[in-house]
Amino acid sequence: MAVAIRQPGWYRGAIGLVLGAAFGFCLVVGLRLLSGLDAFQTEQTGYPQVVVPLITAPFGFLFGFGAFDYWFRWAAGKPTIPEDHSGHGATKWQDYFKFNTDHKVIGTQYVVTTLFFFLVGGLLALLMRAELAQPGTQIVAANTFNGLFSTHAVVMIFLFIIPVFAGLANYVLPLMIGAPDMAFPRLNALSFWLLPIAGLIFLGSFLAPGGSFDAGWTGYAPLSTGAPLGQSFFNIGVQFAGASSIATALNFLVTIITMRAPGMNLWRMPLLVWANLSTSLLVVGATPFVAGAQFMVFFDRILGMNFFNFLEGGDVISYQHIFWFYSHPAVYIMMLPGFGIISEIISTHARKPVFGYRLMALALIGIVVLSYSVWAHHMFVAGMFSWLRVPIMITTMLIAVPTGIKVFSWLGTLFYGKIHTYSTAMLFALAFIITFTVGGISGVMLGMIPIDIHVSDTYFVVAHIHFVLFGGSVFTIFAGIYHWFPKMTGRMYDERLGRIHFWGTLVGTWMTFIPMHWIGMDGMPRRVADYASQYGDWNLLISVSAFVLGAVQLIFLYNMIVSWRFGPKAGPNPWRANSIEWQVSSPPPVFNFDEIPRVVGGPYEYGTPGARHAIMGGEGEGAEVPETKPSTVTVPS
Amino acid sequence: MTRLPILKMVLAVIVLGVVQSVILLQFNWFGDEASTAAKPIDTLLDVTIVLSSFIFAIVCVALGYALIKWRAKPGDESDGLPIHGNTRLEIIWTIIPVIIVLGLAGYSWAVLDDIEKTDADALHINAYAQQFAWTFGYPEDGNKWSEGELHVPVDRQVIFDLQAQDVIHSFWVPEWRIKKDAVPGLETDVVVTPDKEGTYSLICAELCGLGHTTMRATVVVESEAKYKAWLKKQTTEVPEDILKTTDQYDADQLKKEEKSGGIEGSGVIEQ
Ligand code: HEM
Ligand SMILES: [Cu+2]
Ligand SMILES: [Cu+2]
Repeated sequence: MAVAIRQPGWYRGAIGLVLGAAFGFCLVVGLRLLSGLDAFQTEQTGYPQVVVPLITAPFGFLFGFGAFDYWFRWAAGKPTIPEDHSGHGATKWQDYFKFNTDHKVIGTQYVVTTLFFFLVGGLLALLMRAELAQPGTQIVAANTFNGLFSTHAVVMIFLFIIPVFAGLANYVLPLMIGAPDMAFPRLNALSFWLLPIAGLIFLGSFLAPGGSFDAGWTGYAPLSTGAPLGQSFFNIGVQFAGASSIATALNFLVTIITMRAPGMNLWRMPLLVWANLSTSLLVVGATPFVAGAQFMVFFDRILGMNFFNFLEGGDVISYQHIFWFYSHPAVYIMMLPGFGIISEIISTHARKPVFGYRLMALALIGIVVLSYSVWAHHMFVAGMFSWLRVPIMITTMLIAVPTGIKVFSWLGTLFYGKIHTYSTAMLFALAFIITFTVGGISGVMLGMIPIDIHVSDTYFVVAHIHFVLFGGSVFTIFAGIYHWFPKMTGRMYDERLGRIHFWGTLVGTWMTFIPMHWIGMDGMPRRVADYASQYGDWNLLISVSAFVLGAVQLIFLYNMIVSWRFGPKAGPNPWRANSIEWQVSSPPPVFNFDEIPRVVGGPYEYGTPGARHAIMGGEGEGAEVPETKPSTVTVPS
Repeated sequence: MTRLPILKMVLAVIVLGVVQSVILLQFNWFGDEASTAAKPIDTLLDVTIVLSSFIFAIVCVALGYALIKWRAKPGDESDGLPIHGNTRLEIIWTIIPVIIVLGLAGYSWAVLDDIEKTDADALHINAYAQQFAWTFGYPEDGNKWSEGELHVPVDRQVIFDLQAQDVIHSFWVPEWRIKKDAVPGLETDVVVTPDKEGTYSLICAELCGLGHTTMRATVVVESEAKYKAWLKKQTTEVPEDILKTTDQYDADQLKKEEKSGGIEGSGVIEQ
């Protein structure tokens, strides 16, 4: 026991948690008493005796859990063991519950954790749909309802979509570029452990007096600056989730820039790598803005600063500018990694090189650049400078161009291919093309100011975001999970259950989210617990479809859990793919490669006899393969 | 390599695009039209629907054709043709969308200018938003005040000066097709020329707290004579406390403007 307490791990973590909380609590109470104030302050925007421990307790836990041991030893000048791999790799299930530094373990930790939060977010959504099935108030009162859509969105965005992509890339990206791990394995592990902390803080807000945060995921001031305690939980939770994303993005950037296998020049990187490079550029540039926006709200609430207090010279609308300067890029943070996944899957299952590979990569970079210049399209009716609207409309609509390039190039990849549709991954990838196109079209409509003036803040926007986020991001996430499931677990999933899940999800998505366009255009505002009775029938249909959509996800979970345990063994390369992660065993060895592979060609040279992407270490000198020039055939036009 | 049946595919796109457009144009998506802004906006929507139908048709036809034509037979382990791209095609599908979106943006801009043009003799009405109710002041008629019920004359341009007393709200009358946030500390306004008599709903479209769902007001559009008669019957004036918050930001605004030498177009549509 005494040893267990000194070793990094859950015991020490629990002790750290308690000590951290106690430290924060005593600090607040002590300082207040010293200043002659009451020990506790219970104004709804205050509660320093709760919010300060909310910040210090997670740090205490991380210290105890061992997140900083190595760095502290190093900083203190004590001997460190660079080759200490005790925290690396997993041989038993307990290893997944440690501060593990293996990118593959971390990838799995991410995916499993985020799927858990997907489930939580989904249940919150179904509660909302139950209430909305009929006009009037049946199940939850208006205040609970506001909390439901706020936590639903926050959990889905910050704890599912953004981190699940980080998880998938964590697993496959180092393998794809022929690297033994990420550049900063300890930072990588820390990034992961910040996530469950953020999740617990968000969900913990339900226990706060006054209920969970309920100003929407957008948390506009001054609604948020005056809201009950739960809002502070949101402000703090975003800091942990945001720090996690920023650290991961830095890690990806350094890994991609410095750790590619010899021979992998920029134009030989798989598009998934390009996509994560682009996403990371968005994360490091934009995420600090959401952190800043939430800090400012937090300071307004706790310290009585007046950033957004109009009566004291604060500027209400500046919150929205700062918030959307992050949150528009965030929507592409939630989409670009999915674009990468789709490119890999379509090329592999159509047995063809990605059409217009270079333009595909450049389109990603184009989206990154444009993304920084369109934030105010969320503010067309917000009363901001009127001169800013038209320039923003133009940049917004121009984003459709690189996005269109991606869609057309995926279609071009299918032409003259050998399209295999037996895998659920490919089904989701193909359906994604159509569904995402609908979301892109509604996006362009929203970008047109006169149309947006009418439909902004209506169910039309709800329909748009779900077509791009469910029909877009989530479809790519499913595709990616199915595609790399054999690699991650060494086993095959059940394609029959996969197909049921696919068709159920496709039909469910359309039935749930298409009618939302109609009622939104006709005048139903968003974020309401009740609505005019003329929308009753459509809402009933939407609610029923949503429940079907939710139920179908249970098939997915069942398939994943059972196949992970009992599925038939998968070979190293069940999809006959070219990229490097498929040239090692499934699951890959702890350090990925005995010898770093050598990259000799593009990643998608399907159809060129003898063409290779990489030569693996084990093949020895004898296996020398000359650099193959991709043959060029052009389409007759 | 087989040549593509370009002509047949173009025909399929045209047929599908026309069918979709015809179906989609049957519906009056945005609902009843009751202002001069509604027509141009709805026409813009129709144009967008037609263009979108064709773009969607292109994607569907391409995907459908590829799936029918190049679906691999079970057990076929061969690869597709090693086509890496086609510069001409890639340029085409970059340039044409640029032209389409710039065209739509230009059209939207023209519509925007059109619907936001202000007349010199426009009627000014103050709309005060507070959790969770709308009240209205009629400064041109003795600063009369009405609660929860807005009256406006038909066929005369109205400029609503929006004032939020606490948090952000949003002024939206779906049949007028206009929406603008009321922002505490900022003067925003919205222009509309109602052109159809009737009773409509003013809906708060921006989440403003617990009662957001029910934050509505009735809008009555009536003839000038009826409007005048109604106004005459109103007895209360805009109360002090509402004016106070408003004056407070007028003062702040003034201070700011003095400091910065005037802030241009700070959220206010062309005055
Ligand atoms: C062609 C590309 C796109 C365009 C032109 C576009 C345009 C827009 C516009 C103008 C709005 C603001 C609507 C309003 O509030 O009045 C919006 C909202 C939104 N979009 Fe998109 N969008 C595009 C693609 C995407 C993608 C790929 C995603 C995410 C994967 C996304 C996620 C969202 C979200 C989450 C919101 C709502 C934010 C909120 O108010 O809560 N969009 N989009
Ligand atoms: Cu946006
Ligand atoms: Cu409201």
